[in-house]
Amino acid sequence: MTMLFPAAVGAVGYVFPNDLHVHWSLMIVLYPYITGLVAGAFLVSALYRVFGVESLRPVASFALLFALAFLVCASLPLLVHLGHPGRAFSMFLTPNPSSAMAGFGYIYAAYGIVLALEIFFLYRPHLVERWRRSRGVKHLGYGLLTMASDDLSPEALALDRRIMSILARLGIPLAILLHGYVGFIFGGIKANPLWASPLTPVVFVLSACCSGVAGVMLAYVLLNRIGGRPVSQACVDTSLKYLWGFFALTFSLEMLEVLFQAYMGTDSWEALRLLLWGPLWSSFWIWQVLILSVVPTLLLGILILGRVGPGPRTVLGSLSAVLILLQVFFMRWNTVIGGQLYSHSERGMVMFRPGWVGREGGFVALGLMVLPLVILFVLGRIFPFWPREVNDFLHVVSARDEEPDRRLGIGN
Amino acid sequence: MAARTASGGNGPEGGRDADLRRRGFLRLVLSGAVGGSLLLVIPMGAARLLSGAQEDEEGGGTSNNPAGRRYVFVVDVTRCIGCGTCCVADRNEFMVPDGYYRTWVERYVIEGLDEVHVDSPQGGLNGFAQLPEACPGVARDLFFVPKLCNMCARPSCVQVCPVGATFRSREGFVLVDAKRCVGCAYCVEACPYSARFLHPLHKTASKCTWCFHRVHKGLEPVCVRACPTGARMFGDLDDPDSEVGRLLSRPEAVAVLKPEMGNKPSLYYLGLRREVI
Repeated sequence: MTMLFPAAVGAVGYVFPNDLHVHWSLMIVLYPYITGLVAGAFLVSALYRVFGVESLRPVASFALLFALAFLVCASLPLLVHLGHPGRAFSMFLTPNPSSAMAGFGYIYAAYGIVLALEIFFLYRPHLVERWRRSRGVKHLGYGLLTMASDDLSPEALALDRRIMSILARLGIPLAILLHGYVGFIFGGIKANPLWASPLTPVVFVLSACCSGVAGVMLAYVLLNRIGGRPVSQACVDTSLKYLWGFFALTFSLEMLEVLFQAYMGTDSWEALRLLLWGPLWSSFWIWQVLILSVVPTLLLGILILGRVGPGPRTVLGSLSAVLILLQVFFMRWNTVIGGQLYSHSERGMVMFRPGWVGREGGFVALGLMVLPLVILFVLGRIFPFWPREVNDFLHVVSARDEEPDRRLGIGN
Repeated sequence: MAARTASGGNGPEGGRDADLRRRGFLRLVLSGAVGGSLLLVIPMGAARLLSGAQEDEEGGGTSNNPAGRRYVFVVDVTRCIGCGTCCVADRNEFMVPDGYYRTWVERYVIEGLDEVHVDSPQGGLNGFAQLPEACPGVARDLFFVPKLCNMCARPSCVQVCPVGATFRSREGFVLVDAKRCVGCAYCVEACPYSARFLHPLHKTASKCTWCFHRVHKGLEPVCVRACPTGARMFGDLDDPDSEVGRLLSRPEAVAVLKPEMGNKPSLYYLGLRREVI
């Protein structure tokens, strides 16, 4: 029993008897964390393809694969958490229209289709080329991936570009919706003073952008350093600027929420105050605010505004990305777990420490965070992360004024 | 092939005829598939419509309220002695696992003007033989408050349930269809009264039902029946002969818990104090 629903560790004050159980545990912390990475990574790609941020070109295609790898795993924490995962599909078949959670199936599916199609069209020339060159099982596999269409005529590629352009634009609201609705799941719970705020979905979306930019940039630097390939300094610098901007907004709104509640001093603040100066003291003030927000904000400020050489800039920038990735995780933890610690009795709190073993334990959580990286590795065997031809193709997509029949140099 | 034979050959006429028949056939298949999919998508609504129709026939009531009754639960705080008999009866009736509560009793000890000590050891299951630990001073007042599902008219749990497993019946009972519940615990998080929990064995949401299974047979909820002082009362609000009907028609202070939540509970309290949340 305790393995299934981790019991709280102790209580302070009077807690309603049923509030001693923290039903939403590590898996529900992971769920918004992973969807945030998915949405954020997509927006990195969109910055180049839709908003024309040229320096992000090296990561534009990788960001899509990064998003796909995490998207595949986004529903896993939910399924692990559900008492009856076998019935999960009924959220799709018989949704309750008044439930924020019921939107999951539709938004997730719509976003998944858009992302998969984008990757398909982006890599189609590459896949066709591989299909033509391979033999046996590989030939069959690439044939399936290309959907047996090997038309790479200028007209067909022009059509691909048009479709991709539409998909990239369509993907932006879908990515925001994917994560905004996750924030709404929490923000719409009026019974919980820590969650019930219209700012909650906004903060969730902004922190998703932070984790997406940080995750893609960090993976880009690490993978290229390990692979002995050059790292585009312009790409790193631009990523750091966006990271700083998104993070400054996120952190400001997070602090605004606390400041606003404190200034109003209503009953909600009393709950929040007890939590922030009680069970969340170290995870919120020490970790989320001081170590993982103030430090990277200052560090990024020095890197962007100061005179720091390219080498240290990349290393310290990557360190900031790690800190911000952790900050977003801590923010999810403090929101999801913290919100449940304060009893509806308004007279007490529970203490909670998750275990390592069990269905919602730390080992499963670690496994679920490693799995997308394994999937990303497998995807990388099929879809090259930084191929010249794919990036050239992206370039053609973004630069509309270029010659429409420009060839993609596949296999060159 | 049959179409070709029937049309008398493979000539241009026969081919067109076959083509038309094929189109007709495809149209039928397509509409069948769409219709079938719709049936898959709407079983919840269909089931509700059917059950509603059945209730109409059985109850002979109006379409708005087939049973013709408006059930309410009334707790008289001044009568509760904190014996815990109601909790024992409930636990026996539903085999509630340890550590989870469909109903519980709270003890309030007031010291001075605003010093409030609340406790509910084992949900009040074993009564309150011992004095509360954190109450060193002299108590100004002491009272007991039974808690259970509020059967809200605007229930948060029904609003948030992603699959419609939690629903409000026409008689006003908020119930859980355990065969449909996915066990996501969203309803548990959304209930302002913490009346819900995830059943550790069934892995579905569970809570007090006001003994719907008994009420349907004309019986009282077990806790009402077990209460030795009559602190728990249940009945039809519109029935002038019922105890709850009489109580709630008198000019007496009647309160609900957390009215600011806007859930509009059907659980009313007599003699409720401002300290109670």
